[in-house]
Amino acid sequence: MSNVPVNNGRRRFLTAATAVVGGAGVVGVAVPFIGSWNPSARAKAAGAPVEVNVGKIEPGQLIRAEWRGKPVYVVRRTEATVNGLAKHDDQLRDPNSEKAQQPSYATNAYRSIKPEFLVALGVCTHLGCAPTYHGGDFDQFVEGVSEGFFCPCHGSKFDMAGRVFQGVPAPLNLVVPEHSFTSEDTLLIGVGQGDA
Amino acid sequence: MLTNFMAWIDKRLPVTDAWNKHVAQYPAPKNFNFWYFFGSLAMLVLVNQILTGIWLTMSYEPSGDGAFASVEYIMRDVDYGWLLRYMHSTGASAFFIVVYMHMMRGLMYGSYQKPRELLWIFGMLIFLVLMAEAFMGYLLPWGNMSYWGAQVIISLFGAIPVIGDDLTLWIRGDYVISGATLNRFFALHVIAMPLVLVILVFLHILALHEVGSNNPEGTDVKKPKGSVPVEEQSKFTFHKQYTDKYDIVDAIPFHPYYSVKDIMGVAGFLILFCWVMFFAPEGGGYFMEAPNFEPANGLKTPEHIAPVWYFGPFYTILRVIPDKLLGAIGMFSAIIVLFLVPWFDRGVVKSVKYRSKLHLLNLIQFSVCFVVLGALGTLPATPLYNNIGIIATFGYFGFFVALWFYSKNEKCKPVPERVSH
Repeated sequence: MSNVPVNNGRRRFLTAATAVVGGAGVVGVAVPFIGSWNPSARAKAAGAPVEVNVGKIEPGQLIRAEWRGKPVYVVRRTEATVNGLAKHDDQLRDPNSEKAQQPSYATNAYRSIKPEFLVALGVCTHLGCAPTYHGGDFDQFVEGVSEGFFCPCHGSKFDMAGRVFQGVPAPLNLVVPEHSFTSEDTLLIGVGQGDA
Repeated sequence: MLTNFMAWIDKRLPVTDAWNKHVAQYPAPKNFNFWYFFGSLAMLVLVNQILTGIWLTMSYEPSGDGAFASVEYIMRDVDYGWLLRYMHSTGASAFFIVVYMHMMRGLMYGSYQKPRELLWIFGMLIFLVLMAEAFMGYLLPWGNMSYWGAQVIISLFGAIPVIGDDLTLWIRGDYVISGATLNRFFALHVIAMPLVLVILVFLHILALHEVGSNNPEGTDVKKPKGSVPVEEQSKFTFHKQYTDKYDIVDAIPFHPYYSVKDIMGVAGFLILFCWVMFFAPEGGGYFMEAPNFEPANGLKTPEHIAPVWYFGPFYTILRVIPDKLLGAIGMFSAIIVLFLVPWFDRGVVKSVKYRSKLHLLNLIQFSVCFVVLGALGTLPATPLYNNIGIIATFGYFGFFVALWFYSKNEKCKPVPERVSH
């Protein structure tokens, strides 16, 4: 036992240094616990692109494809529908698709590569429900617009380009996923135009 | 023999002392009424949930492929499996009924006021963890309503700017709700949350016994030491931790007086509970929702998504606000303001019995709004319901704002020094 006088400054320094090193250790230990909650390699691999044959879709018909476990709506729009898109711009939140909810090659008046085909995630941008397609009786929700999507959860409304109407909980247009056409009738969801 | 054994234990662990301090010699005000049943009932339901939960895990399979089928297996093939599951599912709804009544009691009699702020906060933390526990438990049967309910609630975090989308991905552990989400919710539901819950309940009771129980009169039964003549003090023996500091009046020991009274409450509660469990375990579609008898389907949203009834009030606040971020903020604020009640209320009189008419009316409108919001949460979103919901949301938050304004200079009746009966 030595009788060296207590050096308070040194004690404080050692206490603080120990706390800092211990704190760094706690942060380090937290990494695997937090990291393990990320999507696993298996979940990531399941996100592969999906091919859809669009040749047999009737005009006005909607088909659902599954990509990364989410529903993708593919609609063959009639010419009348496409022409009607511009008529209710003043009722939309983002009529010109300025928010990045679609790849650059779909940033146009139809929000698609070919005006005929709408490809959009069937996931409401409010809280992720699947909006239902109303082909003909949509005017019960928006006067003068006969086709569109209505989300049964909280009443959000979207037009035939997946653009959201004003005054509903959903803040954004429906997401147009990366997609491309590998042939006239084959749609590839998950790979963008020019990427493949 | 037994005395010797207890003496041996007590020398090593203060069991008898703890029993006396918290049970047999704990001074409880003598005028507890019906509203004071709900604390002990909440404990009873907690024990029921833990016990039946442990037994359910013995047959339940936490995986995307097996969960739904294993619940059917419990219902059909496991002996008494149906009973254990109905005890658990009815228990979940009962838990919230009991806890809402317990909270209402606190609001009515000012049990959150100084010096019981921390006690109230522990209670609110219990409520918060209970909601998380119930939400995660609801995903486990892996029915279609489980799936879409979880989808909606997890997406709420997507409303947070910048990190929202990554955060929801991290919570789900997949691009959509999947087996990965189910498994982590299972782990949290059966291990993490119950542990936290039990610890919080323990702290809630410790904090209660430190400051003492309030009562319907809102008068203190612990008077300053030496201020009450011995013949007016309570005749019972209380633990010296209480009598050393205070003169105790109008109090009786928790055991046997309130333990016996609480058994009355338990009997009444169990009659109702068993009636629901045996004759209406689905609670008319409110305790167990119809779409949940279909397996989870990520491509098909049920026609009408409704949360289980006990989330109704908060869910309605979320959806009447026509903005994603503000809706989520509104919903979480509805819970945060409850945490802050001890500071919204600037009054000193506790019980509604001795407070102003205004306070009574405010409490009534708050309860009505809460019930209306709850009912709307289970109904579809029509414009009419939406407008009612907006009014009720204003009523809900208005309670706290109004309380803050009038409680400072509120005209109250004089509070009697002693409990009069």
